[in-house]
Amino acid sequence: MSSNDAVVTARGISKTFGRGGVTALQDIELEVGRGEFISLIGPSGCGKSTLLRVIGDLVEPSTGEILVNGKTAHRARLDRDYGIVFQSAVLYDWRTVAKNIALPLELMGFDRSTRAARVRELMHLVELEGFDKHYPWQLSGGMQQRVAIARALSFSPALLLMDEPFGALDEMTRERMNLELLRIWSEIGSTVIFVTHSISEAVFLSTRVVVMSARPGRITSVVPIDLPQPRTVETREDARFFELVTEVREALHAGGADAVEPEPEVTA
Amino acid sequence: MSTLAQPLVQGRTSRRLRKWGPVAIVFGIGIALWQWVLPALGIERYLLPPLSDVLQAFWENRSELLRGGWITFKEALGGFVLGCSVAFGSALVLARWRPLGSALMPYMIAANAVPIVAFAPITNAWFGTLSPWSKVVIAAVLCFFPVLVNTLRGLTSVRPESLELMRSYAAPQRVVFARVRIPNSLPFVFSALKIASVLAMIGAVVGDYFGGSTEALGVQIVSSVSLAQYETAWAAILVASFIGIGFYAVVALAERLVLGWHPSIRAGVE
Repeated sequence: MSSNDAVVTARGISKTFGRGGVTALQDIELEVGRGEFISLIGPSGCGKSTLLRVIGDLVEPSTGEILVNGKTAHRARLDRDYGIVFQSAVLYDWRTVAKNIALPLELMGFDRSTRAARVRELMHLVELEGFDKHYPWQLSGGMQQRVAIARALSFSPALLLMDEPFGALDEMTRERMNLELLRIWSEIGSTVIFVTHSISEAVFLSTRVVVMSARPGRITSVVPIDLPQPRTVETREDARFFELVTEVREALHAGGADAVEPEPEVTA
Repeated sequence: MSTLAQPLVQGRTSRRLRKWGPVAIVFGIGIALWQWVLPALGIERYLLPPLSDVLQAFWENRSELLRGGWITFKEALGGFVLGCSVAFGSALVLARWRPLGSALMPYMIAANAVPIVAFAPITNAWFGTLSPWSKVVIAAVLCFFPVLVNTLRGLTSVRPESLELMRSYAAPQRVVFARVRIPNSLPFVFSALKIASVLAMIGAVVGDYFGGSTEALGVQIVSSVSLAQYETAWAAILVASFIGIGFYAVVALAERLVLGWHPSIRAGVE
């Protein structure tokens, strides 16, 4: 991978919160190529969400340099080079589904008919046709998160940042959303950086898994995921899938990450 | 179709009956207590005249009372509009420049605890006893604090991720206020406006007590009592109450229209 093809380049990123306080990130070196699906995994407090926010210029690093699409992260944010999805859908309750999806387009000054056409496309992409007039409270958690994804994709950003987007969903919904996310990713071809603390989710989704450890938050290893594309329900039963899950788990333990949170129990 | 609709309509009727039946029964008991039980217990006329006498006094003085009610309502409405708009504008400024907000907030809260009606004689000195402005100002000051405090809370209690999202869109503050903070504050604002509608009416009537145009409702209450016309005083109080309830109901209706998306509203929708 040549460096000018990188969507994200992080060099020597450190972040300390407060005066002499917690070192959230230490000497982060990371290069993310175009079209990659990168997962950041690690225990609570390893700084994976902070790293995502540094890439999105929502948090300023204490030291180091970060380039997004070859520009400073700040410039990239002003140019709206990325879309972001959080653990909670963060939909605006007073807007219908269609208007939530169209919000970034409104802010960017697209006219009404362009917005309507784009919203129709996205509603189709995230399989929410017929829900455009609904309000967020009328949707299930999984549907709300699909609206958030559609909103993040509305202006076709080259980069999609996702901060544990399925962390609040039950296991069944999460697995379905994983498949949908991969389908969307293959259709739109953008680069994804995905924060999770589920090992199987990271392995299933990613082209590379970046393993982090806490106190101080740092990258301990990077595991390339060579599972064939496109991934399907059967991928999870592949012997190679289990090998890679084990590999990531061992990398986490080697990083002193015994504090990895247990995966949520299946309740549905 | 009609066979299906029939039980549905019946169900709705019985549901309405269950909902409003107890309300109607309590209302009836209240009326009966006032009209028959209290006089039978020997409650004197100057303490509380029977309801029928009050209604009769209303009917005989209806044009004066309604005109007085209209005058006092205009004072209340003026104070409501003035106090609420200044409060909303101040909340926007304080939310936009937070250091200013945190510097002023303790004084706001302290001022909120001041018994504002105590200023009523002073506003008469400022604006003249006969001027409606002295009442408008009392009503406005009464409305100001609850609207300011609630609006400020609504503008600032936005989830951090909502703001991060707007930041990711490189949205300027003006847009963050228009698209996130102000819509987020509306449920708080309407709670405050409902409180303010009641306070405005109280402020206007109390303002009248300290003098004003002889036609104003509060002035009529004071003069009726001094002339021992208790039925008329009570009739005027009833008029003031109905105006207050109506004012509140209009604000509540506006809330329902504006906040159709909000949980507190949709909980009441069948």
